[in-house]
Amino acid sequence: MKNRKFITMFVLILSLGTLLAACGSDDKGSDSDNKDGDTEDFTAAMVTDIGGVDDKSFNQSSWEGLQEWGKEHGYSKGEGIDYAQSNDKADYMPNLNRLIREDYNLIFGIGFELKEDLEKVAGQYDDKHFAIVDDEIDAPNVASIMFKEHEGSFLVGVAAAMKTETNKVGFVGGIDSPLINKFESGFIAGVKSVNPDIEVEVEYAESFGAPDKGKIIASNMYSNGADVIYHSSGGTGNGVFNQAKDLKQNDPDRDIWVIGVDRDQYDEGQIGDDNVTLTSMIKRVDVAVEDVSNQAMDGDFPGGELLEFGLKDDAIGFATTNEEAITEEIIDTVNEWEEKILDGDIDVPQTRDETKEFVDSL
Amino acid sequence: MIEILQSIIPTALFYSAPLIFTALGGVFSERSGVVNIGLEGLMVMGAFVGIVFNLAFADVLGAWTPWISIIIAIIIGALFSIIHAVASVSFRANQVVSGVAINFLALGIGVFLTKQWYGKGQTDMVSEPFYTTNIPLLSDIPIIGPMFFKSMYLTSYLAIILAFIAWYILYKTPFGLRLRAVGEHPMAADTNGISVYKMRYIAVIISGGLGGLGGSVFALTIASNFSQSTIVGQGFMALAAVIFGKWHPLGAMGAALFFGFAQSLSVVSASIPFLADVPQVFLLIAPYVLTILALAGFIGRADAPRANGEPYIKGTR
Repeated sequence: MKNRKFITMFVLILSLGTLLAACGSDDKGSDSDNKDGDTEDFTAAMVTDIGGVDDKSFNQSSWEGLQEWGKEHGYSKGEGIDYAQSNDKADYMPNLNRLIREDYNLIFGIGFELKEDLEKVAGQYDDKHFAIVDDEIDAPNVASIMFKEHEGSFLVGVAAAMKTETNKVGFVGGIDSPLINKFESGFIAGVKSVNPDIEVEVEYAESFGAPDKGKIIASNMYSNGADVIYHSSGGTGNGVFNQAKDLKQNDPDRDIWVIGVDRDQYDEGQIGDDNVTLTSMIKRVDVAVEDVSNQAMDGDFPGGELLEFGLKDDAIGFATTNEEAITEEIIDTVNEWEEKILDGDIDVPQTRDETKEFVDSL
Repeated sequence: MIEILQSIIPTALFYSAPLIFTALGGVFSERSGVVNIGLEGLMVMGAFVGIVFNLAFADVLGAWTPWISIIIAIIIGALFSIIHAVASVSFRANQVVSGVAINFLALGIGVFLTKQWYGKGQTDMVSEPFYTTNIPLLSDIPIIGPMFFKSMYLTSYLAIILAFIAWYILYKTPFGLRLRAVGEHPMAADTNGISVYKMRYIAVIISGGLGGLGGSVFALTIASNFSQSTIVGQGFMALAAVIFGKWHPLGAMGAALFFGFAQSLSVVSASIPFLADVPQVFLLIAPYVLTILALAGFIGRADAPRANGEPYIKGTR
């Protein structure tokens, strides 16, 4: 009998733990009564995926875009714009419903993980506008925001091809999926466009959160002679950076590079006075979020459409922070190829089949 | 072949080291009769403390930072595990429930404090992680040198040495005998004048220290920063190593090394002729399948310590 008391106690501790995890970001919510529909203004909010609003990646970027948009129209957090943090997959539905109850006109779901829940909610509330990032939902009140990652990957591929001295580069992917295949395809196409003889080693970690796996893969690639690795693998990429920095530490003269993804990963590459980050493929989710919000506000919400943001929208780019590594010459060459993509001279492949065709035609 | 081994073995060793430390912790705890599902949480705690300490003191301590960081992580891990000890030994709570609570609590505290202190979901990368080194002289030995002594983390050696120390303590000292006795037949041990509670407390605290060590070594050799996804499942891998290793320190070490070997092999396999055709997934699931087989009794008998998981109540029969 006594046991039961303690089990109860542990359930309490347990819930305390979950609560602590949950309230790390929690300063929202309670004051939901500050908008009782007395405004006619157009408002927008977003639901993060489990990365959280401060993930230094696309959740954070989306929120920055929304804040920027809010600033233009005199909104601040809780007043016209807001976000709901998801700490768990089970949070998506309640978060979406909460924002709907709070009467936001446009609700973003950040990340393909929200697809299913958003699809359901969109069916139930067809008077609301929704938008999903990184996936496609076929519904009249949902705008699908995708990025032309292959274009950005092509550009960093060009940079990698210019930089490599061993004529061997690597690609580390998170999960082998159509989305990440776009990164892979663009990268390979970019590398081969500069020099078809460069070998590209491709490996998938089958996880976005396994730095140990990333490190093993990177270690293997570098010891096989690759000197530039482009990772598109979220947290797994930490292991890639770790391995590159370790090699650099032991042999500062060795030229070893990592190419970051989604945002400028310059800070991750810093080791002493050196930096192993050659460049990063940058995905400006903020640009897309801002753009869609504006369109919706002006009354032409692109519902049911698939929006693809790419180089021409300035939503895709590459970082030039590491000036010592990414020289003027490289930047000029990359810009030349960028022009070619913008002019439509090159159609960057998005799948493995297209890549094969592309490479064969070179 | 030799070349392949030269690339597999070093990676397998650094991958395994955190698992070995944590699995040894699991062996101590379970040998004394306390199930420790909380290894994952203890690793989270260790990783968190190791990274935070490293970030805070890197400027002051310089090259010694990672070593002192892991010592601090051991201490905090040991202190943190007292919660588990109090609950499962003194209060006789269900040990599995208590362990799960440890897992939740550690992740909660880690993520919460990270957000409080750094204002974001993950810490910066540490500036003083562990770096690999070549062992002087030994690394020049042909064939064996590059396999075992080139670009190695010192922590990998520490893990293997510690496994042997753990084996010596558990099987060659009176303390170890008492600890095992408490896990096999606490009442018999009690009648012989061994304090069951004291032994179990010590065992759980040792396991906390080793779990913290494992987590901090993982963070400082592999991840370089702390976030909610730094430790995901490694603690349970270590637990699997304990079981696969039949609750024996050297067995647990062997199991952890095997896990690392399988993981490393799955990456390198593409360049090995006869393995290139084997789908990667089979190599990836190999450790787990073998653990299940070990549990099911296909690979010899895997008997848990007899009193594992049962709280001891003085005077009952």
